Formats: sequence, structure tokens, C-alpha cells
Amino acid sequence: MADSIFRKLRDGGEEGELAPALTIEETVASPFALDVSCYLLANLSSSILAGKSKSEGLVLVTFSRSPSFYLQFLKQKGIFVSSSSKWIRVLDCYTDPLGWIDQPSPGVITEGSSLIKLHKCVSDLKRLFSSIIEAGREMVGDGKTRFSVAIDSVNELLRHSSMPLVSGLLTDLRSHAQVSSLFWSLNTDLHQEKVTNALEYISTMKANLEPFCPSSDGKRNALENLFLVHQDFGKGQFHIRFKLRKGRVRVMSEEYHVDQTGINFSPISSVETIIAATKSLIPKVHFNLQLSEKERVEKEKVVLPFEHQDHGKSTEIYDGRRTLADGKTEATPLSSGELQADVVSSGKGGEIIYFRDSDDEHPDSDEDPDDDLDI
Amino acid sequence: MDRSVNLLDLALGFDEPSPLRGKVVLIEDCVETSGSFVLHQMMKRVLSPHSSDSLIFLAFARPFSHYDRVLRKLGCNLATQKTNNRLVFVDMLMMQCSDNESGVAKLFREIQGTVGKLRSVTNSNITVMVDDMSLLEIAAANSNSDHVLDFLHYCHTLTSESNCSVVTLNHEDIYSSMERPAYLLQMVCLADIVIKAEPLASGLANDVHGQLTVVNKGMISSKSGKGSSRNKLQNFQFRIKENGIEYFYPGCSRN
Repeated sequence: MADSIFRKLRDGGEEGELAPALTIEETVASPFALDVSCYLLANLSSSILAGKSKSEGLVLVTFSRSPSFYLQFLKQKGIFVSSSSKWIRVLDCYTDPLGWIDQPSPGVITEGSSLIKLHKCVSDLKRLFSSIIEAGREMVGDGKTRFSVAIDSVNELLRHSSMPLVSGLLTDLRSHAQVSSLFWSLNTDLHQEKVTNALEYISTMKANLEPFCPSSDGKRNALENLFLVHQDFGKGQFHIRFKLRKGRVRVMSEEYHVDQTGINFSPISSVETIIAATKSLIPKVHFNLQLSEKERVEKEKVVLPFEHQDHGKSTEIYDGRRTLADGKTEATPLSSGELQADVVSSGKGGEIIYFRDSDDEHPDSDEDPDDDLDI
Repeated sequence: MDRSVNLLDLALGFDEPSPLRGKVVLIEDCVETSGSFVLHQMMKRVLSPHSSDSLIFLAFARPFSHYDRVLRKLGCNLATQKTNNRLVFVDMLMMQCSDNESGVAKLFREIQGTVGKLRSVTNSNITVMVDDMSLLEIAAANSNSDHVLDFLHYCHTLTSESNCSVVTLNHEDIYSSMERPAYLLQMVCLADIVIKAEPLASGLANDVHGQLTVVNKGMISSKSGKGSSRNKLQNFQFRIKENGIEYFYPGCSRN
């Protein structure tokens, strides 16, 4: 399914439509948006190089990692980027976003000055927009050829600028005729819900990462969630939501697994994994909350008062004090259980007809017994 | 003693050489359980005679004499390390920082300059330690948490540009009830390793002084197949002794 996001980004949008946009959502307990971005970056780069993509270039805007991190990653995947590469441009908003450094430190890549451009003022979004478009046009020219834009994280952008301005930037990019597709990532724990919602509105696809053991109590805060993850928390579920043109929404899910080389996706293995994960949510107490198999069988065998067992034998009323097999001659003191065999057969006298009105209620059921009253 | 690897070392990946190179470590503690001992242990590791790593220490909380005394008991002589230029001790209590955004910017430029000077003479790991972030916020950032986050971001760039390590100590309980809980989360997101020191759920005890939870997020590694410390969470207890710390799993005899 992660492939399908990549294909939508690769194929871009149709003429006259806004570019498809993906928002990748991570949480503090599943912090793998960077891995997903790298996965998409590698795939998009390969398809651009192979000429299979609608876009002929890629502008990578880095906020959370240095450009060299991404170039190193691409190299690991067999995609070599040099100063003469004409299909990629990097806008470096990581190294000096606020202009604190007068001159670049010795470690900054200086090779290929047009490959990586230092962007020093992240709070000026108009300038950022122009820089992105300029970088794209440097690769593909001014005509109809298009390029894709990848923003590794919008968390820093949202820290320095208001949400409407950031939404404005992303929408402007989507509306630009030469932008073929666009993706960014966001940590939903760092921002208010309205920010997450606003960004979801302007995207056509949303992918979110969820650990296998989400908190059962929604009120538990994100920080606590981090320390409650499994010992090996590089696994979880990857949910994708596509907004189709006619308004329908399509949701797909698969599992992800993160290791040293990056993120891997696989179909959801079995319900058992999820059940096994959720089982651990039952609080560990010293008493038994569940019924054992034997207890369940025994419970089924209990005959409720007023329930008649029509075996052709004379009717017995079970008063709870003796088993069904025991004596039937003794008259019961209970006023409701006075029915005798001979009275039934004669058709005279009182009769209690009992219909069980509902299935056996589960223990700890929240069902209100008065719900069926018609007051 | 130095060569032995304890549970904290294992959780941090010290069974490999220079596991913290290029990483940001955040130590979180609270009033009930101070996390300073983790900082001291890491200082001792960095300045161990078996390595040639360097340390830049930004002290906002205590003067040099305090750390000297503590590390001496752990078998490490800070004064000697200072003379050998393995330790650069920046006494922020004495320094006067201007209290606006340029205060943190200036502080960062100084750190960057020091890193540059050290880098020109050694290729070993350089660790930048801050004790602690809440006092940095007051002293250098005019109580503006945004400026602190900016400062941390720039420290993060040191880990990639100059291959340094950054270790910070933060008091979680000061910020946990803030209107902006995102501040703590931002710091956690920035860190590659989070070490949380907290009391036992059962309260105070003579033999066990608290518990540590180490979340090692790791990252995509260029060394394929090497190291399995990505996405690991470990929890164990500790006891602070006169000359060191003991770490052990709950219920186990101490190693």
C-alpha cells in the first residue's frame, strides 16, 4: 500500500488540477515519518532517473536533517548524487534556519553550490516559496515540465510561522502549474488538533503511523505513551487514507517494520498480532477477570428458575436448592414454584410460562436493564 | 572497573566504540529522582583514559568544584583533563549572557568555535553537555522556551556537521504541567536517546534509589547490519553508592 502513495506522487495530478499532496503523520511513540520520507524519496528519485515519472526533477527542502544525511541515504540505495546532477536540488533549511552563523562551518558541503542552497530565513515563507520554485525551474526550465517537492518536516515551519501561513505556502505550491506532487511530514503530538486537521484538509493523501499498542486511555499524554511502548517498538500499523476526486475516501492499512536500513512494509499478518497486542491492555490484577473454559461449560449447564425442560418427564421446578434429578415429591415453600405435575396434566390451576427474553448477559456488561422500559 | 560494561552502558550501546557519535541524548529527571548521576557517569565515560574523546561542559547549575569532587570519587580527575585540553569547562554561573535571542545565538557560536578548535587537533568524538536546560532557559534565553528549542536545533546541527554528541539534562516535572506540553515533546523528538530517571512506583526504598528507562531511537545507519540498538526500550533500577552506581533488573541480584 505504501507503493500506492509512491505511484500517486510519481504520476502527479491531471491538467488543471491541484498537485496531489501527502501528509505523513507520526507520533512521539511512533517517530518514523523520516523513514517513510526517505522511502518515498528513494522511490521517486529512481523513477525520475528512469524517466518513468511525470516530474523530471525533485526539490528537497530539509528542516530536520542535513542535506548530507539524505544524499548519504540515497547513495546507500544506489542513487548517486553529484554536483552535476540535474534532477535534484536541495534547499537547506536545517543548517542555519535563523541566520545565527556568519559563515558556514567547515563540515558543510560546499561541493556543487547549485545542488545545495542554504536558506537562512525560515520564517519568511514568501521567500521560501520563491526559492523552491526557483530551484525547480533551475532543473526543468520555465515551460511545462514539472518537478516534485519534498519537505522533510513542517514541525519547524509551524514553530516559526502561524498555521495559516504554512497552509498558504503548501497550497501555493500545490497550485503552481509546474509542481507535479508534494509531500511533507508532521508530528501530531507537537501540535494542536486544528493544525493537524488543517493540513489534512489541504492534502489528498494522509498516511499515519501507529504503534502496535496504542493507549487504551485517550487521556494519557504523548510522553507517557513513549515510555509505555514495547521493548522493541519499531513495528506498528501504517494507515493510508486517499481522498478520491468524487468525494469518496479510501482507507488502506498495512504493517511497518523499521530497522537499520529503513522502513519496510508488509500486509497485515493476522488478527492475532493485534489481539496479542491488545491483550496486554487488560490490567494485571490478582483476581481473575475472565472465565475459564470449564467455568463457561458449567455456567451453560445451570438451569434458570422457571425454565422448563420438556423432556417428556413430569415438570420439575428448579428452586435452586436441589438438582433436577432429586426428589420431586416434596412440596416447595416458594410461592412461585407451586406448580405440581398433576395440576399441569389436569389443565387447571396456575401456570408460569417463562420465556427467556435475552441472551445471557456478559459479566461487566454496561447494559442498563431498564433500557427496554417504555416510559 | 572501567572496562566493565553495565546495564546503562549496554542500553546506550557502549559495547561498540563511540556509540553516541552524532547523537543527541536527553536525560529527564524530576525532584524525587535526580538524573545528575547519569550525567556524571557519561562524563566519566567520555574522559576515560581508554579513549581520546573530548568534552565541552556548559555548567549552569553548579561550579567546577562540585563536579571535580563528584568525579574524583568516581576515579576521574577533572583538573587534569582540563589541563590536557580534553575538557573545556564553561562556567555559565560566572558568565553574563544577554537575555534575548542573540544570547543563545552568541552562546551557540562560542560552542561552535570551540568545537572547531578541538576538531582541528583531534578526530575523536566531541561531546557537548549541558547542565541543565531549565537553567539555560533562564540565564541565556530570557525564559523563552522557543529560543531554547532554537538553541537545541543548532546543537543538533553540530551532531551532523561536526559529528559531535550532545547530552542535555532537563527537569521534566517543571514543564509537565505547562500550558505548552509540546515544549517537552519537542525536546524528546529531537533526541535520539531519551533516558528517564524516576522514582519507583512503590516509593522510597533503602536498597533501590530509582529506575531508569532508556529509549534508544537510533536512526538509519550507513553501517548496514552493525548494531541492533535501533528502537529499543529498556528499563532497570539503580542504587547510588559512594563510589559508583549499581544497575540491575527488578528482582535480580545486583551485578
